Amino acid sequence: MLRLPEFEYAAPATVGEATRLMHERGGKAMLLAGGTDLIPSLKRRQYLPELVVSLHKVEAMRGVREADGRLVIGALTSLDAVAAHPAIRASWPALAKAAASIGTPQLRNQGTLGGNLLLDTRCTVYNQLEEWRDAGGSCMKSTGVKCHIVLGSKRCWAISSSDTAPVLAALGAELRLVRHGDERTVPVVAMYRDDGIDYLTLQPGEVLTEVLLPPVGKWDRSAFLKLRRRGTFDFPLLNVGAAVKFGADRIVERISVVLGAVGSAPQALDAQKFLGGKQIDDAVAVAALQAHAAKRATPLPNTDSSHVWRKRMVQVYTARALKELVA
Amino acid sequence: MKQMALALRVNGEEKPVLVSPSRTLLEVLREDLNLTGTKHGCELGECGACTVLVDGKPMLSCLLPAAQVEGAEITTIEALGGPSTPHPLQLEWARLGAAQCGYCTPGFVMSAKALLDSNPEPTREDIKAAIAGNLCRCTGYHKIVEAIENFARQRKADQAIDRSIDTTATAVRAVALEARG
Repeated sequence: MLRLPEFEYAAPATVGEATRLMHERGGKAMLLAGGTDLIPSLKRRQYLPELVVSLHKVEAMRGVREADGRLVIGALTSLDAVAAHPAIRASWPALAKAAASIGTPQLRNQGTLGGNLLLDTRCTVYNQLEEWRDAGGSCMKSTGVKCHIVLGSKRCWAISSSDTAPVLAALGAELRLVRHGDERTVPVVAMYRDDGIDYLTLQPGEVLTEVLLPPVGKWDRSAFLKLRRRGTFDFPLLNVGAAVKFGADRIVERISVVLGAVGSAPQALDAQKFLGGKQIDDAVAVAALQAHAAKRATPLPNTDSSHVWRKRMVQVYTARALKELVA
Repeated sequence: MKQMALALRVNGEEKPVLVSPSRTLLEVLREDLNLTGTKHGCELGECGACTVLVDGKPMLSCLLPAAQVEGAEITTIEALGGPSTPHPLQLEWARLGAAQCGYCTPGFVMSAKALLDSNPEPTREDIKAAIAGNLCRCTGYHKIVEAIENFARQRKADQAIDRSIDTTATAVRAVALEARG
């Protein structure tokens, strides 16, 4: 059996109690939500927390509610519940589609929306058992100093593999973050940093409690596309979240396109610059956006499939996402 | 490390255990409760061999600290039936040869049970989606899908027969009561 390392365990019933525990233990405590990302990481000895704070009893962080014309999703809501929720499916089908594309039925029953947003970055060198990692000289995301993917690199290139992040970033959703004696709300896109090790702007001890969707009607259409080897049960090799608001004569009033899994953070494109005020199928503007997308994407040989092919697919999927916005 | 006293509820029975918080449900089932029907495969959430039902939903027992499921209703393959009293779904599985080496079977059967409990007449696509998290390296999946399909069809036919027997019995009773006057 692949055992978990020993840790102390706490299961608070309130956000306040959880943030107090995280505050008291400094960096030696880790939060456990659905566990589908953290538990394998602990088994591979990628983290060795002294204390694991399980959030499963914090009922206030579960479920979907409506407030001021916006849907608010508790961070502990399971991915299955997000995918199946009638109001989410009706107003934000791209989010439901992204949640439904993650993992397997079992993983979606266990895994949470908050957990998918804060998913650890992934790399073929890093996501291995301890012995394997050490055998080749540990990488910088583990206990070493080198990168085995980009030789001589000063930074880590592990991949952001969240499927919900690009969609929520494209929609302009916000995250509510609670810390001991403090609270703030940030746009999803501001949560990520393009660094495989220091990939979140989450402050120490902070708990992601809620995801606030934009007011219904902010966008006319949203889209989500995912590239992977199998039709199910795969991390993305590339994903795209997109949203559009049309003005008179189907002119693009506002547009947002975000790429995922081709960097250590979701990459928000300057889609508005290229397509704002134009028809969404304006061939020159679409080609310019495709070229821009390819420039922003940095696929590397640290996941499945060739990175050269994945770079080409960035252009293909960017164009397909735009088509889906009018389909 | 400090041990925790947990009151687990497994297959309808209270099962008190004293375990370290780093014990997974899979370890507790197999090693503390001796319920070895649930298999350990990859232990990283990639194969589905350890699937059990938690409050009726299929989950991976290798990724659940046992402390997280205290208070939940846990259902393992042992609740369905064993060699002497197999469940009709297990019989269909055996009849078709949907189990070859058999190691993945308990996980598949639990995923199938969760599907059939919530969706009595699943389409082929529903079945494929429901077992997408279970890997089989022997069968090629066709027999597994067929076994689930056949079971659902057979159960529907059995229920129709039951209903017609009920209707006949009600009619006979009504006639008898009338004759008694």
